[in-house]
Amino acid sequence: MTPLSASNSALETTARRLPGDLAIWFFILAELLAFGVFFVVYAFTRANHVELFNAEQLTLDRTSGAINTVLLLTSSFFVVRAVQVAEAGFSRRAAPWLAAAFACGAGFVVVKIFEYAEKIGAGISLSSSTFYMFYLSLTFFHFMHVILGLVIIAAMWNGARTGRYGPDNMNGIETGAAYWHMVDLVWLILFPLIYVMR
Amino acid sequence: MKYTSQSVALPYFIAAIGLFVGQIVFGLAMGLQYVVGDFLFPEIPFNVARMVHTNLLIVWLLFGFMGAAYYLIPEEAETELYSPKLALLMFWIFLIAGAATILGYLLVDYATLAEMTGNNILATMGREFLEQPLLTKIGIVIVALAFLFNISMTMLKGRKTVISIVMLLGLWGLAIFFLFSFYNPGNLVKDKFYWWWVVHLWVEGVWELIMAAMLAFVLIKVTGVDREVIEKWLYVIITLALVTGLIGTGHHYFWIGTPGYWQWWGSIFSALEPIPFFAMTVFAFNMVNRRRREHPNKAAVLWALGTGVMAFLGAGVWGFLHTLAPVNFYTHGSQITAAHGHMAFYGAYVLVVLTIISYAMPLLRGRAANSQRAQVVEMWSFWLMTISMVFITLFLTAAGILQVWLQRVSDTPMPFMQVQDQINLFYWMRLWAGVVFAVGLVTYVTSFFIKGESKPLITP
Repeated sequence: MTPLSASNSALETTARRLPGDLAIWFFILAELLAFGVFFVVYAFTRANHVELFNAEQLTLDRTSGAINTVLLLTSSFFVVRAVQVAEAGFSRRAAPWLAAAFACGAGFVVVKIFEYAEKIGAGISLSSSTFYMFYLSLTFFHFMHVILGLVIIAAMWNGARTGRYGPDNMNGIETGAAYWHMVDLVWLILFPLIYVMR
Repeated sequence: MKYTSQSVALPYFIAAIGLFVGQIVFGLAMGLQYVVGDFLFPEIPFNVARMVHTNLLIVWLLFGFMGAAYYLIPEEAETELYSPKLALLMFWIFLIAGAATILGYLLVDYATLAEMTGNNILATMGREFLEQPLLTKIGIVIVALAFLFNISMTMLKGRKTVISIVMLLGLWGLAIFFLFSFYNPGNLVKDKFYWWWVVHLWVEGVWELIMAAMLAFVLIKVTGVDREVIEKWLYVIITLALVTGLIGTGHHYFWIGTPGYWQWWGSIFSALEPIPFFAMTVFAFNMVNRRRREHPNKAAVLWALGTGVMAFLGAGVWGFLHTLAPVNFYTHGSQITAAHGHMAFYGAYVLVVLTIISYAMPLLRGRAANSQRAQVVEMWSFWLMTISMVFITLFLTAAGILQVWLQRVSDTPMPFMQVQDQINLFYWMRLWAGVVFAVGLVTYVTSFFIKGESKPLITP
C-alpha cells in the first residue's frame, strides 16, 4: 500500500463518520430550511420593491456588518482549532481556543447591540417598512442563534477545561462546533443579502 | 401489560370513549341546527351545543393523553407507577368536574353559570374553547399538577427514554400553556393574542410532542424496530415541530389588530408546519415496512398508519391551504377554517388516542390482541369514521370556497346570512356524512363487546 492510498482510505473513513450527534444535524437542517425560506421570501419581496429596498439598504451600517463577519469567521476558526486540539488528545488545551471563540462571538453581540441601539434611536421598528421588517427580523433571529451558540460554546469550554474531550469522546465538542458553524454560515448569506447586494 | 399499576389507564380510556360519544351526539345536533335553525331551541341553542361539542373533545383527548401516559410511562421507565391511588383519585375528580361543567352548560344559562362560579372574582369565561368556569379551570390545573407529579416521579425513579422525555416535555408544556387561560386582559387584541398561546401552542406545539411520543411507543411495540431508529425519528419530528410551530402562532395574528409583521412571520413559519406532520407519516410507514415481527393486533397498526396519513392531510395540507396571509385575507374565519379544524383534530389527536387505546386496551384486558372478529369490526369502524371525516371536510371546504366567493371575493358581495342560505346543500351533505361517522363510532364501541378466541398474552 502506497502512503498516498493509505491516507486516502483514512480520509474516506473520516468522511463517512458524521461529526457530532445526528440530532444536531436534523436541527441544523431545520434551521437552514427556515432561514432559507425567509431569504427566498426576502428576494421575491425585494424584486417588487427594488427602489424602497435600495434606498433603505443605504441606511444600514455596513462597517459594523463587516466587523461582525470577521468576528464570526475568526470565532469559527478558533472552534476548528479547539476541535483539532481535542482530537489530538489535549482536551484542556482546547479550552483557551474556545474562550477566544466565545470572546469573538461576544464581540459580535456587542457590535450588534450598538447597531440596534442606533436603529431604535432613529425610530426604526418592525412596522417602519417592509425592508426594515426583514432587516430586523432576519438579523434578530440570527442574533438569538448567536446567543444560543455562545451558551453552547461556554458549555464546551467547561467540558474542555475538565478534560472531557479526546479522540474517543468527540461527540459533545463536535456537536457544538457544527451548530456554531451553522450560525456562521447563515450570517455569511445574511450579510451580503441584506446589507450589501443591490 | 408489564406492570400492574398500568391498569389505572383503563378507566381513563373508558371515560375518553364515553365522552367521545357525547361529543358526536352534540356534533350531530349542531349539524342539524345549521340547516334546521330552531332544532332543540330554546333548550339547547347552537352556541351551547357548540361549546359542549368542543369542550367534550378537549376533555376526552386529555383523558386519552393521561391514560396513555399512565400506560406508557411505567413501561418505558420499567417501574411501577409512583402512586396508582393518586392517579385513580385524579380520575374521579376530573370526571366529576368535567361532568358537572357540562351539566352546568346545559342546565343553567351561561351568564348565571358565570355568576355562580366566581367569574366576577377573576373573569376567565366567555372565550372559545376556554369557556370553562373558573372552578373547573382551577380543577384542571390541580389534576394536571398531580398527574405530572405522579408520572415525573415515576420517570425519575426508573429508566429515562427519549419517548418518555418527549412525552413529559409535551405534557408539562400542556399544563404551562393552559395557565394563559387565566389571563384575560380587557383589550380584545391582547386577549386574542394570549388566547392563542393556549389554543395554538397546544395543538401546533406541545401536543405534537405528545402525539409523536405516543405514536413512537406504539410503533416500537407493534413493529419491533430498534429503539435507536425510532428515537432518531423522534428528534427530527420534535425539532421540526418546535422550529415551525412556535413562531407559526403568527398565522392566527392576521388582521386582528396585531402589527403587520406577523403576516410575514406567521406565513413563513407556519408554511413549514406541514413538514413535521409529513415526517410523522413517513415515520409510521417506514417503521411498519421495516417491521421485525407480525404483531397480532392488526387494528392497532391500522390506526397508527391512519394517524400518520390523516394528521398530514388535516393539519398539514388543510392548514397550509389558508395559512398564507394573502390567502387568509379572504378565508379568515370561514367554513374553510371549520373544515381544517375537523380533519386536523380527527387526524392528529383523535386517531393517536384511538391508536394507543387500540394497542393497550386488549393488554389491559389480559390478552395480546382481540379476536379476529373483534378486530375486523374495529377496522370497519376506522374506515367508516375516517372516510366520513374526509367527506365532512370536503363538504365544508366546498361550503367555504362558495362562502368566500359570495361573501368576500365577488363584485357584488352578499351579507353573511344570505350566503348561509346559498350553501345550505353542503350543510345537509355534511350532516349525512356526520351520521355515517356516528355509525362508525357505534361500530367502534361495539367492537369492544365482540367475543371470540383472542390471542393469549405471552409475557416476555
